Amino acid sequence: MAALKIKKGSTSHSAYNLRPAFSDVQEKHTLAVLVDNEPGVLARVIGLFSGRGYNIESLTVAEVDHTGHHSRITVVTTGTPQVIEQIKTQLGRIVPVHDVHDLTVEGAAVERELGLFKVTGEGEKRIEALRLAEIFRANVVDSTLESFVFEITGAPEKIDAFADLMRPLGLVEVARTGVAALSRGSA
Amino acid sequence: MARQMTGAKMVVQALKDQGVDTVFGYPGGAVLPIYDEIFQQNDIRHILVRHEQGAVHAAEGYARSTGKPGVALVTSGPGATNAVTGLTDALLDSIPIVVLTGQVPTFMIGSDAFQEADTVGITRPCTKHNWLVKETDRLSQTIHEAFHVATSGRPGPVLIDIPKDVQFASGDYVSPKAADTSRYQPQMKGDLAAITELVEAIEKAERPVFYTGGGVINSGPAASQLLRELVDATGIPITSTLMGLGAYPASGENWLGMLGMHGLYEANMAMHGCDLMICVGARFDDRITGLISAFSPKSKKAHIDIDPSSINKVVKTDIPIVGDVGHVLEDILKVWKARGRKINRAAVDKWQGQIDEWRKVDCLKYKQAGKVIKPQYAIQRLEELTKGHDRYVTTEVGQHQMWAAQYMGFEDPNRWMTSGGLGTMGYGFPASIGVQMAHPDSLVINVAGEASWLMNMQEMGTAVQFRLPVKQFILNNERLGMVRQWQELLHGERYSHSWSEALPDFVKLAEAFGAKGIYCDNPDDLDDAILEMINHDGPVIFDCLVEKHENCFPMIPSGKPHNEMLLGEASTQGAIEAGGAVLV
Repeated sequence: MAALKIKKGSTSHSAYNLRPAFSDVQEKHTLAVLVDNEPGVLARVIGLFSGRGYNIESLTVAEVDHTGHHSRITVVTTGTPQVIEQIKTQLGRIVPVHDVHDLTVEGAAVERELGLFKVTGEGEKRIEALRLAEIFRANVVDSTLESFVFEITGAPEKIDAFADLMRPLGLVEVARTGVAALSRGSA
Repeated sequence: MARQMTGAKMVVQALKDQGVDTVFGYPGGAVLPIYDEIFQQNDIRHILVRHEQGAVHAAEGYARSTGKPGVALVTSGPGATNAVTGLTDALLDSIPIVVLTGQVPTFMIGSDAFQEADTVGITRPCTKHNWLVKETDRLSQTIHEAFHVATSGRPGPVLIDIPKDVQFASGDYVSPKAADTSRYQPQMKGDLAAITELVEAIEKAERPVFYTGGGVINSGPAASQLLRELVDATGIPITSTLMGLGAYPASGENWLGMLGMHGLYEANMAMHGCDLMICVGARFDDRITGLISAFSPKSKKAHIDIDPSSINKVVKTDIPIVGDVGHVLEDILKVWKARGRKINRAAVDKWQGQIDEWRKVDCLKYKQAGKVIKPQYAIQRLEELTKGHDRYVTTEVGQHQMWAAQYMGFEDPNRWMTSGGLGTMGYGFPASIGVQMAHPDSLVINVAGEASWLMNMQEMGTAVQFRLPVKQFILNNERLGMVRQWQELLHGERYSHSWSEALPDFVKLAEAFGAKGIYCDNPDDLDDAILEMINHDGPVIFDCLVEKHENCFPMIPSGKPHNEMLLGEASTQGAIEAGGAVLV
């Protein structure tokens, strides 16, 4: 992972103790939570967020190690620095949680999301949708004479921008996966 | 070599191998195979409670008074849902208990079967961890891991849900030694740099105070010993939360008494005025801090806690130390001694002088006059007449609980069992049963209010059946005293539903259960009546009729800081402002 390898449950970590802990500023953080893939583990994580009133902006989960039965949950959350610290330490308390990484403070990270967009229309609008899709490097994965389904991958902001452009061009349905994220570099 | 046995037998075997000698429980359809195994052995005593909530509180009482995990066994559906209050109570007070629940057979889960409930779903937020065991081969491993999780790190309740077919089927048994508990290993040792920083702060501090909590008791008797050594060697005054009473002896010279909403004046003033606060195994609960923005404004705060999420949760900490209280205190002592046992003696002596001035306020002063027993007087007499005994005290929740905390003195840890975090009325009686089971020859007293006590009065049957001589000392004011007090101070003296009408005759009630009842309403008779209670070899219900409208003081009103305590009945008018009224 990142150079600042944070041990589970640790709080004496300079990277976040340097910031004022009780500031009112809302921050957006991407957390990678490594868990045992056992029944109920997602419910434990989600229940923590709902039970303690934390925000979930995006959530993705999948088993990433089929032999070791480990899953990776990527949560994008917002809160004051104190709330973010609480979220991390509270997650660390859950027994099947092995590691909590705050990708926002542990150095640079890549964040990607996949979106599927169904756009209907004819004539100029249809041609414009296709042209914009090319600019955004979106693929056409389904087509009829009056519709396209585009597949687009990128940072969440790019997908937001694509959605804004498609809306006047006949956007009828969107599916998004939520963010998956990894730290940059070799660690 | 793994042994083959049925799941039901595995449960009993695993409990034995974990050193369990007592289980509190109530049978039902989904746990019949386990009860069948219990019937065929004599190593584990089963205490039949009269309600599953009682089983869990009894297990809590057992755990708090021994330091060992308490065990409860209940059936599926209503058995499990009745256990929820006890689990939540244990979670908030960090009490290690293991609750085993029966479940409908695996092939019927999800079919809305008879007595089916989503037990792991319901109890997920009120346990430290829980498991639904779907294979008999996993059962013994799970039970051993459950004991490990319940007792390691910050202790807490765990639950294992065992479907009936898993109990009937055979599988491989693994012993505790062979079980894998590697995935949950909390950090025990504190960071030495932070500990050194704290020692430096102790050396320089002019107005230091120790603020200790239940974590000291949970860490074990050695932690209490180390705390005493550190406090007495440094001469730093010490206060404690409700949960931490007994870790430092009430007779100790540095003892300030309990702090918080109904804490002692000198304790709260010391917290407000200190320049170094050393929080040891406590969590800055709202009953402790009062108004956060005005909480101990000038102090540097050190916080020792095994749970990283406790640190900076409520109050910003300057010196955080994550680790087990016992380990950290040992290191603090070592470092402090190695650096030459320095302390800012002149300043600390001056600070002690200031504290002595605060002591002179005599905040627990009350006047026993006339023919009506003051509740404070009843507790004080109980204290005087029992303090020499090998004594354990449990309480229910309310005014009586605060008076017991204020007027009784605890010399040792694990002697005081009360529902602090959740504030569970009905906790004390079943807890006293659990304590008495663990300490059959000791004097076990439940200080109760009549309203709390009625919430789990069915456990009289348990006390009588198992000949448990628990003393139910009921301060009967025919009111929900604490609710009444808040209505008086906060809701214009409109006493909405805060009186106990149609109360039973407690003496007759005791006799109906085959126990002894004592009634006392005269201060002159009180001592004799208490002695009669102590000397009776069997369970007693002591109905002590007390002043009906006594309020519990001192009091920090909601939304006020420590230095704005109410000391007595004078000037309570308008003490709580509108902002405080929304707080509880």
